[in-house]
Amino acid sequence: MLFKKTKMLERKMDEFLDVTSETGLAFLEAIKNYFDNDQAKFNDHLKKINDLENRADVLRRGIESQLYTETLIPESRGDVLALLETTDNVTNQVKETILDFSIETPVVPKGLHKDFIHLTEHSVNAMDEVVKAIRHFLRNPMAVRDYLHKVYYYEKEADKVAEALKRKIFRTETLDLSAKSHLRFFIRHIDSVADKAEDVADRLTIYTIKRSI
Amino acid sequence: MFFLFLTSGLFLGWSLGANDASNIFGTAVGTRMVKFRTAAIIASLFVIMGATFSGAGTSNTLGKLGSIDQLAGAFIVALAAAVSILIMTRSGLPVSTSQAIVGGIIGWNIYSGTPTDISTLTKIVSSWISGPLLAVGFAFLIYKLFLALPRFLQIHLFRLDAYTRLGLITVGAFGAYSLGANNIANVMGVFVSVSPFHAVTVMGITISGTEQLFFLGGLSIAVGIFTYSQKVMMTVGEDVLKLTPQAALVVVLAGALVLFLFSSESLEQWLIVHNLPTLPLVPISSSQVIIGAIIGIGIAHGGRGIQYQVLGRIASGWVLTPIIAMVISFVALFFMENVFKQAVYLP
Repeated sequence: MLFKKTKMLERKMDEFLDVTSETGLAFLEAIKNYFDNDQAKFNDHLKKINDLENRADVLRRGIESQLYTETLIPESRGDVLALLETTDNVTNQVKETILDFSIETPVVPKGLHKDFIHLTEHSVNAMDEVVKAIRHFLRNPMAVRDYLHKVYYYEKEADKVAEALKRKIFRTETLDLSAKSHLRFFIRHIDSVADKAEDVADRLTIYTIKRSI
Repeated sequence: MFFLFLTSGLFLGWSLGANDASNIFGTAVGTRMVKFRTAAIIASLFVIMGATFSGAGTSNTLGKLGSIDQLAGAFIVALAAAVSILIMTRSGLPVSTSQAIVGGIIGWNIYSGTPTDISTLTKIVSSWISGPLLAVGFAFLIYKLFLALPRFLQIHLFRLDAYTRLGLITVGAFGAYSLGANNIANVMGVFVSVSPFHAVTVMGITISGTEQLFFLGGLSIAVGIFTYSQKVMMTVGEDVLKLTPQAALVVVLAGALVLFLFSSESLEQWLIVHNLPTLPLVPISSSQVIIGAIIGIGIAHGGRGIQYQVLGRIASGWVLTPIIAMVISFVALFFMENVFKQAVYLP
């Protein structure tokens, strides 16, 4: 009985992390579709991200209420709760970004497509590594470090690409200020995904120290 | 008359249940890993079992220290122990029933002119020191093992929680059994030779008079657990000693092992057969053993945060408690004999 509940909770947690990781992959695909001008596939990925985000919310709420109603891991449930919430912020950021692409359809000069995709790759990599870090935090806290430093690495790379991209845009004379501002908004959006992944990593650093004591 | 005189022992049992059950289930209940009801039922059941079936060893040792031969005498010795515990607790000093009852018995020995067996006394007093020390070593080793195990097996955080709960209950049951076995001598030991109980056979199983007496003592401990220990457990879990559930598991296991080593006659037999050194069967303080185990974990952490003055306070208790109990016992025996005209020893 005791282990049945635990197993169910473990499964939910694993699924939550799968969903988060999958959202990242779908995000990268959607961005590529957007620049390839493949509207149908972009819409498919948009819908997928929406569904994944909803599923992540359901799972998160399920885990949270089970942790509290059954008083499981009373010592570290607060930490797990915060971890779920901050991870959910990453998924939300992805959903918001891709939705804005769909609504506002920013016009990106062809020469910048590669940079945008590059930026997205770094953000998705950061997201992916943080998911791996959480998986290890749950089973083998000693290995978390191996993934956290990668999260920080990709977040910095994303910042660098974002900065270079913004410089490039604001030095392009053929673009209106309104277009420049619009593009900057999307760069910030994509870069935020990496920043939010970094927030999760920051928390994980502390929780890992706590668990090793 | 017997039951009236037994009340001082039953009161000792009640206070043991109220205070010492928290040594076993304190952190588990305090951190809400185990419900108080579950803890109380398991603790009571196993304390009674330990007391009834394994309490003889330590009681024999106390019997060797001083075989109290009059009911009124036994009443006074147990009462002296109870009163000195009350005085020590009121003064905020660490106290143990084991030390109080020894003082009470020596008081009786002096009053009745019976010589105190020095070798038994040495055996008992040295156990007060070696018991907690052994707990330090056990806790250190078990803790190191426990730290390595989840990492090695890569146990999921949620599953580790489930295992810890199960462990706290299992180890708690073992701890309660050992506590009953080891400490029933403090509660009922002085009444063994004056007990009116005779062996009875129920469904082919013979229950000796001593076992019946110990069962009664076990019941009084259980009453203490149910009526008063919850408050103490919440204090242990939340205020005084902030242990993680995993650390608590190690502490209780180490403590239970020590209590078991100092009370099991069958283990003693096994050690003798295998030519291994044996430990004396002596009632020791569960609180001090638990403190020893916590220090063991502190050492495993590199020795930081250990409050060494606690050790000094414990050592002062080793001296002070028996002396107070001895004096109270002596004076009260005088009153019992001369004011209430009750024989307190066989001339």
